[in-house]
Amino acid sequence: MLALYLRDVRVGVRAGGGALVGVVFFLAVVAVIPFGVGPDLNLLARIGPAVLWIGALLASLLGLERLFQLDREDGSLDLMVMAGERHLTALSVLVKCLAHWTASVLPLVAVTPLLGLFMNVAPAGLAAATATLLVGTPAIVFVGAVGAAVAVALPRGGLLVSVLILPLVIPILIFGVAAVRGAVADPDPFLPPFLILLALTLFFAVIGPLAAAVALRWSGD
Amino acid sequence: MRLSAENLVGERGGEPVFHDIGFALEAGRALLVTGPNGVGKSTLLRIVAGLLPAAAGTVRLAGGGEAWPDVAAASHYLGPHNAMKTTLTVGENLAFWRDFLGEPHLAVDEALEMVGLEMIAHLPFAYLSTGQRRRAAIARLLVSYRPVWLLDEPTSGLDAASAAQFAALMGAHLEDGGLIVAATHLPLGLDNATELVMGQGGKDG
Amino acid sequence: MSDAAAATGRLTGLANPTRFLALVDRVVPWLGGAALLTVAVGLFLGFAAPEDYQQGITVRIMYIHVPFAWLGMLCYTVMAVSALGTLVWRHPLADVALKAAAPIGAAFTLLALVTGSIWGKPMWGTWWVWDARLTSVFVLFLMYLGIIALTRAMDDPTRAGRAAAVVALVGFVNIPIIKFSVDWWNTLHQPASVIRFDGPTIHPSLLVPLLVSAAGFTLMFFTLHLMAMRTEIWRRRVIAMRRLAARAAEGGGR
Repeated sequence: MLALYLRDVRVGVRAGGGALVGVVFFLAVVAVIPFGVGPDLNLLARIGPAVLWIGALLASLLGLERLFQLDREDGSLDLMVMAGERHLTALSVLVKCLAHWTASVLPLVAVTPLLGLFMNVAPAGLAAATATLLVGTPAIVFVGAVGAAVAVALPRGGLLVSVLILPLVIPILIFGVAAVRGAVADPDPFLPPFLILLALTLFFAVIGPLAAAVALRWSGD
Repeated sequence: MRLSAENLVGERGGEPVFHDIGFALEAGRALLVTGPNGVGKSTLLRIVAGLLPAAAGTVRLAGGGEAWPDVAAASHYLGPHNAMKTTLTVGENLAFWRDFLGEPHLAVDEALEMVGLEMIAHLPFAYLSTGQRRRAAIARLLVSYRPVWLLDEPTSGLDAASAAQFAALMGAHLEDGGLIVAATHLPLGLDNATELVMGQGGKDG
Repeated sequence: MSDAAAATGRLTGLANPTRFLALVDRVVPWLGGAALLTVAVGLFLGFAAPEDYQQGITVRIMYIHVPFAWLGMLCYTVMAVSALGTLVWRHPLADVALKAAAPIGAAFTLLALVTGSIWGKPMWGTWWVWDARLTSVFVLFLMYLGIIALTRAMDDPTRAGRAAAVVALVGFVNIPIIKFSVDWWNTLHQPASVIRFDGPTIHPSLLVPLLVSAAGFTLMFFTLHLMAMRTEIWRRRVIAMRRLAARAAEGGGR
């Protein structure tokens, strides 16, 4: 399992700068917001956390369809499904999700504080946004794995994956942004939404890979 | 150990491609699945491997014991694709499969030597020619042990010398008591292999 | 031989990567040394220069900030010229030059942004404002990142080079439009309230160190660019040799 994790991280890092594209996309999405709403720093500070979350959400959807597609194209997926007796397929999926998260999504979390500065988010908000993204983005990947597994046989599944997943990740967005707002604005609490976010991630860490494994099992043709 | 299939019916996209295929294979024996394109050789192999559900019929592995409870667990599947990452080196690819598939058999270097690729273990897989890629995939069969080899056109892209080398590897595997099911158009150079010709009696229409 | 013919001869001579590498090996130590010396002199003069009566010591960051911003733009110009070289003259080193320049340009632009916001923090009270000039530089930075991602995404250097050249040229043509629209966007939303330097009114005691420093960093840019081009040529040779090795293993293995 560790071998699978290391292999996928290595492939993710070496394959043509996929992580870089994700980060640039994140940067670009966040950067165009002020052009739309105007450079008013107070307004930006207010919507900043939400913009960061939406940007990270979109950017982490970006490479998701490749989660299984490349493995399917080169035949690795068949071998992983066949090895189901030795390594539970759901567990392999979980490991692949974690590797994808490490290689493609973690860089997004890492640049979040920097982007928050552009949105004039307060220091507490920066810390909270980074923390919530760190905890919340794995859930996006786990849910995304289901979409990626269902769409694995489709040649242009990328858009479909996003369409399938976006409604499912709305709760993650809600509690992520709520927690950040709680950290910035005084009356709102930070911890309850943050813990709910954590619970969502753990919940999807079980549900997502199981469902994805079932979908992969029957994707062969 | 005995691999058997009875009354298998294969479907592709809801259309039946073959009916009533059956075979029984003892340890140390090979089965060559032959026949024209489109009769379902690959489909048969994928059904045996457990990657596709059979529309009817059963595939059984007897005598596998604790170690090899079902066909999928006991089999290496060499499909039309090589299951290698182009950005990783040949050695990294094989080392990964050795770890992931378990039951380590030959070391990566030894396996590469068996297929004549020991000089280029450090090169990314992308730089290899078609035949070299296939040989690297064959080396995967050697780094981790499985009694059953399911081979789909194993020699496609191989030149005569490499094909002969591969025939010797298959011979050694059979001598060790392994089983081989190979779908092929080309003679594989295996003596005393049973041949299953598809597309004559088994297929209607 | 006429001068034109001699110039052409030199250019084609440079097109040979081996000759180019030899030249780079000879030039880089001198150029690098000159760059370091000039930068050192420029910064020394900068620290010796009087402080600004309004901004105090923070004004000294100008001596690195302004050169960085200027190099961010110069580098894009170099890339646009290289792009022309790739598409029009098909000079074999042009796509190497473009690819090598992109990360350097991005680094200088990023440094300009970072030093700019450090400079601005005491004035604006925040790290970043969507001032027209900053925003334009930020857009430039995004363009650099896009081109870097593009040059890294393709395996085949020739194809990647051509694609990057097209994008770089389109971007270059777009720069005035971006600049104009950002200015317009900015004045639409907020009247210029940020303190600005107006070039000509800058006092000579500040200007001289600035120019020396800018010259030094420009030399440094060309040194880095030549080194990056050398690295890129070597990288391509390594790839070619790996392909050869894969083929040789086939011949020797039998």
